[in-house]
Amino acid sequence: MDLLNALVAFLNFVVVPGVAYGSQLALGALGVTLIYGILRFSNFAHGDTMAFGTMITILVTWWLQARGVHLGPLPTALLALPAGILLTILLLVITDKTVYRYYRHHKAVPVTFMIASMGVMFMTNGIVRFVIGPNDQRFVDGERFIIRARDFKEMTGLREGLAFKTSQGITIVTAVIVVAALFWFLGRTRTGKSMRAYSDNEDLALLSGINPERVVAITWIIVAALATVAGVLYGLDKSFKPFTYFQLLLPIFASAIVGGLGSPIGAIVGGFVIAFSEVTVTYAWKKVLTYLAPEGWEPAGLVQLLSTDYKFAVSFVILVIVLLFRPTGIFAGKTG
Amino acid sequence: MTVPARNLALFAVVFGLILATGVFQSWNVALAILNMGLISAIMALGVNMQWGYAGLFNIGVMGFVALGGLAAVLVGMPPVAEAWAAGGLRVLLALVLGALTILGAILAWARLPRGRGRALAVLAILVAGFFVYRWVFDPAVAAIEKVNPAGTGYLGGLGLPVLVAWPVGGLLAAGAAWLIGKTALGLRSDYLAIATLGIAEIVIAVLKNEDWLARGVKNVIGLPRPVPYEIDLQNDPGFVARIEGWGYDPVTASSIVVKLAYAGLFLVVLLALIWLAEKALNSPWGRMMRAIRDNEVAAEAMGKDVTARHLQIFVLGSAVCGLAGAMMTTLDGQLTPGTYQPLRFTFLVWVMVIVGGSGNNFGAVLGGFLIWFLWVQVEPLGRWLMDVITLGLPDGSGLKAHLLESAAHMRLLTMGLILVLVLRFSPRGLIPER
Repeated sequence: MDLLNALVAFLNFVVVPGVAYGSQLALGALGVTLIYGILRFSNFAHGDTMAFGTMITILVTWWLQARGVHLGPLPTALLALPAGILLTILLLVITDKTVYRYYRHHKAVPVTFMIASMGVMFMTNGIVRFVIGPNDQRFVDGERFIIRARDFKEMTGLREGLAFKTSQGITIVTAVIVVAALFWFLGRTRTGKSMRAYSDNEDLALLSGINPERVVAITWIIVAALATVAGVLYGLDKSFKPFTYFQLLLPIFASAIVGGLGSPIGAIVGGFVIAFSEVTVTYAWKKVLTYLAPEGWEPAGLVQLLSTDYKFAVSFVILVIVLLFRPTGIFAGKTG
Repeated sequence: MTVPARNLALFAVVFGLILATGVFQSWNVALAILNMGLISAIMALGVNMQWGYAGLFNIGVMGFVALGGLAAVLVGMPPVAEAWAAGGLRVLLALVLGALTILGAILAWARLPRGRGRALAVLAILVAGFFVYRWVFDPAVAAIEKVNPAGTGYLGGLGLPVLVAWPVGGLLAAGAAWLIGKTALGLRSDYLAIATLGIAEIVIAVLKNEDWLARGVKNVIGLPRPVPYEIDLQNDPGFVARIEGWGYDPVTASSIVVKLAYAGLFLVVLLALIWLAEKALNSPWGRMMRAIRDNEVAAEAMGKDVTARHLQIFVLGSAVCGLAGAMMTTLDGQLTPGTYQPLRFTFLVWVMVIVGGSGNNFGAVLGGFLIWFLWVQVEPLGRWLMDVITLGLPDGSGLKAHLLESAAHMRLLTMGLILVLVLRFSPRGLIPER
């Protein structure tokens, strides 16, 4: 029985949050890695792009909530998501036309793109703070659960409860759908294949008649969708605050680099590696160990390896380890 | 107009802007802008060494600045004897043990034969070391933080004059930079960027959470000053008599005198750094740096050790940022880890360097003054703009209130716009590299 209790506590506090957070990071890292693969630079504005898409979704959600529109058991934000994606696409296409296209035509070095993306980051951040303010915003329609901790306890008779929030379920389901759609697109459609060809060898792709502007535009559109979905899922699961989204840049980049920059599968694996390391290292294991340890050997302290405030340190350390031992990431990404 | 005359004119314009602030707003505001402008200029010099001379992309400036601030506390504050007695030596022992663990792991990795045994040995050293470290560390920290938590609750500093902290801040930052450089330099440029971004966040997390070190978010206030206190000047009959003799208010005058004293100290540091940086840039060493930046492969073929030179300049530039950080904390008189924001302390410094002119020391300095001036003045300007825009809206309308309230966020938008525009239309900056 104690073994089961330990398992449930482990599922409740480590596995479920880890999978949800990992899905959010994976979606964010996919956006970063796609831009890196096609446009060949690290986009520092990605966190703020996520914030922008989420902000639009929040505004539309509030409007829908005020009109009494809802989706039954699902959060209203899902109904507002398409609007968020559309406006984010608009934002990214406009920044590409006004900022990045010039450097692309002048064959600027990647670091110039990075600095330009810093400028875009400032501006997007400014717009988000201007419109919605720097504070925490919540846009869920009350806490909703697929399984409540108490119901689970009554159902199974265990001492530990397993809570599964609707937002976590939606995160996982949405992430699976989005990733499946993306891989189908990249692997099966003509446009997706032309994107991969462009990413592998630009000159060869141009010679075979692929239109680079079209590839770039489609990349931005996909990235806008990924960023908005990732941002909304994170906001539903936790809460929305512009500065938190900016800080997500670090774990997202860590995920993309750990997986191998430019490799979509790598981004997903990297997202889960980073998320699970963060959760396991910052979780206080006292509860689980108390069930497992023999009578009288229960741990006295919290058995928390690092306080949750150091979660950035975890992604950083994993990043450094991977860079030291496998500089191109787990799934050898681009080296150039 | 020849180039130097043009540069002089640009500097004259920026100082004219600051003077105009003094005339139209207040001399206190103008001097506050000048002082932070001097510090910003030093930060920009540091980033310019890394980016302008060597093309290194460091976006962890905030971390080095914060380490400098930590130095100001560790050097300037008086030691807390009771806390030292409670667990000072034990904390030091724990830190030494932690360092030895990492060193041991590195040595084991280097010395042991390849294979699974090596990986297991390294892992065992790390895990065992971590638990020993926590076993020594945790009780000591608890004991220290229990000593008068509302007033101290930390080890305090060395009680030395706070000016000593400035070079120490540089050294702390240099040490951190050496560690990062050792791991991330020689890899791709984006990796260094992410690594520095990460280390900056970690430095701030440490400052916020390790209360035994610098009180965390409880802040250390009342750092000793290298200049007299306003209140002492106001109580000094000689000072009051002289100021009143000139027909000024002693209270206002005292704060202006203090700010001028700071400005003098900062100016000395800035001029010394500019002189050193110019000497270095125009020496064979500087030419080598630029050669490496412009073509790493060719420089390597000429026998230059690119990675070692990169490490050198990375450490130097970070040290300058650390020095600026120590100066800033001295000026503020307090260390408040909660106020370190990457947009303000990392990316804004980058805007300064790019706008001023990367690769040119005078450009970076000019950018430091100009961008800091704009950063301060855009806010009232934005408020004024919003006032004008919302004139037509009825009082009490939600939109009007929102627009007025959000005016403060205009500065981020403006800085981004300036960066994008300069990068597009004048990528070499206001004072281009020679």
